[in-house]
Amino acid sequence: MRFVLKTKYTQDINLFLHNGQRFWYGLLMAALILAPFFLESFYVGELTYLFIWVIAGAGLMLLIGYTGLVSMGHAAFMAIGAYAHAVLFKLGVPFFPSLLMAALISGFLGAIIGVAALRMTGIYLAVATISFAFIIEKVISAWRPVTGGHRGFIVPEPVMFGVDFGSDIVFYFLCLVIVTAVMLLVINLLRSPIGRAMVAVRDSEISAQAMGVNLVQTKTLAFTLSAAFTGLAGALYSHKIGMLFPENFTILLSIKLLMLVVVGGLGSVHGIVFGAMFISILPQVIAILRDFLPTWLAQRRGLEPLVFGSILLFFLMYEPLGLYGRWVKIRSYFTQFPLYRKATFKRQKSYLRTERVH
Amino acid sequence: MDFISLGTFVQLLVTGISHGCLYGLVALGFVLIYKATEMVNFAQGDIMMWGAFIAYMLASKLGFSYLPVVVLTIFLMALFGLVLERTIIRPMIGEPPFAVLMLTIGLGFVLRAVAGMIWGHDEKEFDTPYSIDPLVLGQVSLDYEQLVVVGCTILLCLGLYLFLRFTRFGVAMQAASQNQLAAAYVGIPVRRVVTITWCLSTAIAAVAALLVAPLQLIYPGIGFVVGIKAFVAAIVGGFGSLAGALIGGICIGIVEQFVGYTFEGAYGETSVYVLLLLMLFIRPQGLIATLQRKKV
Repeated sequence: MRFVLKTKYTQDINLFLHNGQRFWYGLLMAALILAPFFLESFYVGELTYLFIWVIAGAGLMLLIGYTGLVSMGHAAFMAIGAYAHAVLFKLGVPFFPSLLMAALISGFLGAIIGVAALRMTGIYLAVATISFAFIIEKVISAWRPVTGGHRGFIVPEPVMFGVDFGSDIVFYFLCLVIVTAVMLLVINLLRSPIGRAMVAVRDSEISAQAMGVNLVQTKTLAFTLSAAFTGLAGALYSHKIGMLFPENFTILLSIKLLMLVVVGGLGSVHGIVFGAMFISILPQVIAILRDFLPTWLAQRRGLEPLVFGSILLFFLMYEPLGLYGRWVKIRSYFTQFPLYRKATFKRQKSYLRTERVH
Repeated sequence: MDFISLGTFVQLLVTGISHGCLYGLVALGFVLIYKATEMVNFAQGDIMMWGAFIAYMLASKLGFSYLPVVVLTIFLMALFGLVLERTIIRPMIGEPPFAVLMLTIGLGFVLRAVAGMIWGHDEKEFDTPYSIDPLVLGQVSLDYEQLVVVGCTILLCLGLYLFLRFTRFGVAMQAASQNQLAAAYVGIPVRRVVTITWCLSTAIAAVAALLVAPLQLIYPGIGFVVGIKAFVAAIVGGFGSLAGALIGGICIGIVEQFVGYTFEGAYGETSVYVLLLLMLFIRPQGLIATLQRKKV
């Protein structure tokens, strides 16, 4: 373990705690910058998808992991972002303003749901967001003149200042820049009073309110930001998949996003990246699995949802802190060796009392 | 909008009420769990779907007649609830509520996928002794299936109300839900209460399944949509209230039928979700409010 002796107040707000972190994150950044020049274009594409999942996951993590509001309809915000961007871009709005507008539109709709969500917790919110997702899906398939309905919507090639953003490498760097910006934004947001307020709301609404946190403002803001990030991810996603269908944004995508934050680790920024890596790799793993399983099982429909559901179950029951939680445990096992105690990470049980009157 | 004839009106109304009762019945299942354990079971619709498949298998594959099918399905589903509670839910007692919520979402996916693997994705029919010609009253023709749904739902609700209000075990369930720790102190076996509540709830799901099976074709996705609508019903009615779940269910059932009729079917389902969002804006506590601000 490394102890940092802080000698200046400014050290408290440093992004990196010590030089070791600076080195490793610098190395990661360098690797990511150099990656497209060495990797095959398939892997560059996969990395781009990973970045998109990270952006969407950052949005959902703010909401579920840090504010404690469960959304089961985040696919809707991704759909809104994707369609808003594609439609605006086709109408002749330049690329970046269109991207920004997509995030804003998505954020605005998120704010509306957020206002409705103010008096809701848990199940109310989950059902409200899932309903919202169904409505959006219906609107997209019914609003044919704009969205193309079930026939699909061809996303135009992004060309800006004579640079073709559609090419793998350029789009990769675009996503890399955006993902870095989003992550920095999220990290800084969580260190700011707003982020602290969100965590306070998650842990106890009543205590937060007693401490002077404005519940209405905090929840609405969390929802707006979350929707905006997810919308931005959707806008980038639209270029990656090239053709938009309402079927791209069903409940299965919402569950995938939910799985991202749960598997990654609720309430950790690292968890976003771990979760995104997990769901990027998962389809490949399932494809490999199909080769090994007996044919009667492998050829069945529904293997994917089965794997999704089982993983969600497994993590919630045995590792509720997700992959990041597991990593922290492994790390502290080695840093504290041989004094590591299992009970350090034992979860506190809380016994419920109802809010109902009868 | 065309003029609706009286016959169509009554028919839509009855169809709406019977569908609504069904939503209400599924909602009863998880409202019961919610009342007793404060957990939210998002997989209730999928549990109902399993009930429908078990009934189908007993009737068409094993050749039982209707009454044994009913009894066996309810019994097997109660057993299913017991297994579910022991393996998945019990380790989650004392965890934050949203963890249980997500757990049951995952459980729903697993149940649906497994059902698809066992029974296939094609649609199956389930007949009952009362699947006979509809009852014709003047312009109105009413299916017996729908009438049975309404009748059974009312009986079951009444029974549940009396059970929770007047029996020792019902009161113990309420106590366990109000404060688990305090209930344990006064000698209520909280764990057993939770287990039995789950059995009861899956048994209710079985009843819902037996009622829904003759009305619709059975396929693995049947539970998901019904489950979501049941949630809408419970929220519209006020979560945690048995009567509210039923009233909410009937409300959305009727709205769905009439909107579906007016806009040629396409928007019937969507109207339910719009209704929910409107409700949450206007009266988030539901028609029959049971929530109040938590005191510290």
